[in-house]
Amino acid sequence: MKTTFKASFAALAAAATMAGSNASAELTGDLKIFLDTSNPAPRATMEAMIGRFQAEHPDLNIETTVIDREAYKTQIRNFLTADAPDVATWYAANRMRPYVEAGLFEDVSDLWMEPAIADNLGSTKGAMTIDGKQWGVPYTYYQWGVYYRKDIFGELGLSEPATWEDELANCEKIVASGRACYTIGSKFLWTAGGWFDYINLRTNGYDFHMDMAAGNVAWTDDRVKATFANWRQLIDMGGFVANHQTYSWQEALPFMVNGEAAAYLMGNFAVAPLREAGLSDDQLDFYQFPVINPDVPLAEDAPTDTFHIPANAANKEAAREFLRFVVSSNEQTEINNGSNLGQLPINASASIDDDKFLDQGFAMLSSNSPGGVAQFFDRDFPAEMAAEAMQGFQEFMVFPDNLDDILNRLEKVRARVYQ
Amino acid sequence: MAVTDTSPPARSWYKRNEIAVTPWLFLAPAILFFLVYVLVPIYQSFSISLYNWDGLGEARYVGLENYVELFDDSAFEVSLWNNLKWLLLYLLAIPAGLFIALFLNQTVAGIRMYKSLFFFPFVISQVVVGLVFSWFYLPNEGLLNNIVTFFGFDPINVLGDPALATYGIIIAGLWPQTAYCMILYLTGLNAVDPEQVEAARLDGAKGWKMLWYVIIPQLKPATFIAFVVTIIGALRSFDLISIMTNGGPFGQTRVLSFYMFEKALSEYGFRMGYGAAIAVVLFLIMLCFIAYFLFSMWREEKEGR
Repeated sequence: MKTTFKASFAALAAAATMAGSNASAELTGDLKIFLDTSNPAPRATMEAMIGRFQAEHPDLNIETTVIDREAYKTQIRNFLTADAPDVATWYAANRMRPYVEAGLFEDVSDLWMEPAIADNLGSTKGAMTIDGKQWGVPYTYYQWGVYYRKDIFGELGLSEPATWEDELANCEKIVASGRACYTIGSKFLWTAGGWFDYINLRTNGYDFHMDMAAGNVAWTDDRVKATFANWRQLIDMGGFVANHQTYSWQEALPFMVNGEAAAYLMGNFAVAPLREAGLSDDQLDFYQFPVINPDVPLAEDAPTDTFHIPANAANKEAAREFLRFVVSSNEQTEINNGSNLGQLPINASASIDDDKFLDQGFAMLSSNSPGGVAQFFDRDFPAEMAAEAMQGFQEFMVFPDNLDDILNRLEKVRARVYQ
Repeated sequence: MAVTDTSPPARSWYKRNEIAVTPWLFLAPAILFFLVYVLVPIYQSFSISLYNWDGLGEARYVGLENYVELFDDSAFEVSLWNNLKWLLLYLLAIPAGLFIALFLNQTVAGIRMYKSLFFFPFVISQVVVGLVFSWFYLPNEGLLNNIVTFFGFDPINVLGDPALATYGIIIAGLWPQTAYCMILYLTGLNAVDPEQVEAARLDGAKGWKMLWYVIIPQLKPATFIAFVVTIIGALRSFDLISIMTNGGPFGQTRVLSFYMFEKALSEYGFRMGYGAAIAVVLFLIMLCFIAYFLFSMWREEKEGR
């Protein structure tokens, strides 16, 4: 291992001095990259980044395929087995487990031992690790939290709530003013998963939440019921917009823009459309989800998006070089800045763009999340459990009285999924 | 060698068996494709339904376990009932199509344009129909609720209410399906024998009696086709559900085909065995209808001889 590294280093150095060009310009052949970044801004960012990689390796024939983000989630199974690219995007944690277990992702632990990665990517190493090995590299992550209308809070004389009592008191005043506290569109279910994550993380804590994800806690457990009881307080006071089961998360944005709802529990990706809809930074602000149980340390959701090398890739050498390139601090600073992805860089020595939401998010995740950082409900829980549970959450938000029935159903699914 | 052969020169094997072989040669492409794309997949579905398989790793044989689980699965039960609702209510497209066809079967200026306007919903994609109807049903800004509130009623969220959502989708599906049945009947009405109508009129038949005893019996072929396409349409109702509610709210608008897709092929699915078991149940239901259709066609052909 060490000798090959030395040998290739020597070769690189030789190439660099002889050609006077970039050290690794010797990469040749084809590099097939599959991306799920189909939204316009991320797509442009990725294409620009690949363009810079191409400029460093002019002899490499790079072929990029961008697949619709939703379609990608099912197509990945086919292309990993049949016609594998050299690099593919995906998600961290449990979401990559099926492919790791089927032997379809390349073990890239060797990359994680290189100092450039080992020293700078420590915070996300856990999310990339299964069975003690790393299976890919992250390229971006983003905070979740409450995005709210500062002007409405000002009008009603409210301040950012720090505790659950503050939160409920705030919500009461917002509802009294004829608005909903929160907008949400639960048609595609996962938004309700975010609510469960936060209330459960605040009620029972990160370790309990992860224990649940691992299938060690019954859904009918009293501690889980406590989570739902807290959630129900908001539902019963009319805290959520009506008919949310009919809307997607984008269709729920206008409620906030029009001032019919005061806040949105969302990922940082909601900021761009809210700004585009005309909300200025004076009207829009962010706060960390309030404390419910002061005895559990604060924990956050911060989903991580990743790059992987399929086990059947043809040009793994170039693929590894590409992963090194993606996580380098320069690229991380560039692709995560406000005019590109507008998210948080995963490289500790990268700099964060001057954006009030990114700054707050970074501060929150790096210093005010002692409990841990979860990925997201449908990435931490196994797919089947997540699908059933999120459907149950949606039902609970519409018919809170069905809770016992829902929990019994989920308990049955748990017994099967984790056998 | 020396024997002189008096018989005609030996014919090739093909020439000797031409009569017997030719029909099979003509059938061969159809048989091949039917085998590869229909029979083998049916067999495969049956066999996969006996396994527990995520589509990637090892398949594990579990016998009838998937079916046992199906009978205990409330989501499956909901889907089955919804399929029944679809089957029964979708049949409304047949009488509706018939009456529109009767209404349009006249010669006035611009009738061709009216006919094409009525046929229009069948031409546009199901996806567009689904989108249009989901906007129509929108809880606050939708046209339906504007009408409902104009008359002083409370607004309703059709697609968000588990009791109404399936009916809302079926109504959306009936719109193009009625147009389809209408076209079938319009063609059928062209073939109605004017002499019989004349004779019936002389005997004093008119109105409903004329329709029931003279016109409808002559439309029997059209009715049969309309019945077949409507039943198949109802069992295939997938795109509308996917577009309008995505199976929700909380899975109350799923039908078997959608549930199969969710379990086997969607983002959180990949229980291939379970999905295959659902597909087998759906296939058995379809088989009842297919058997009936084949039987009635066979009977008709026998009568025709």
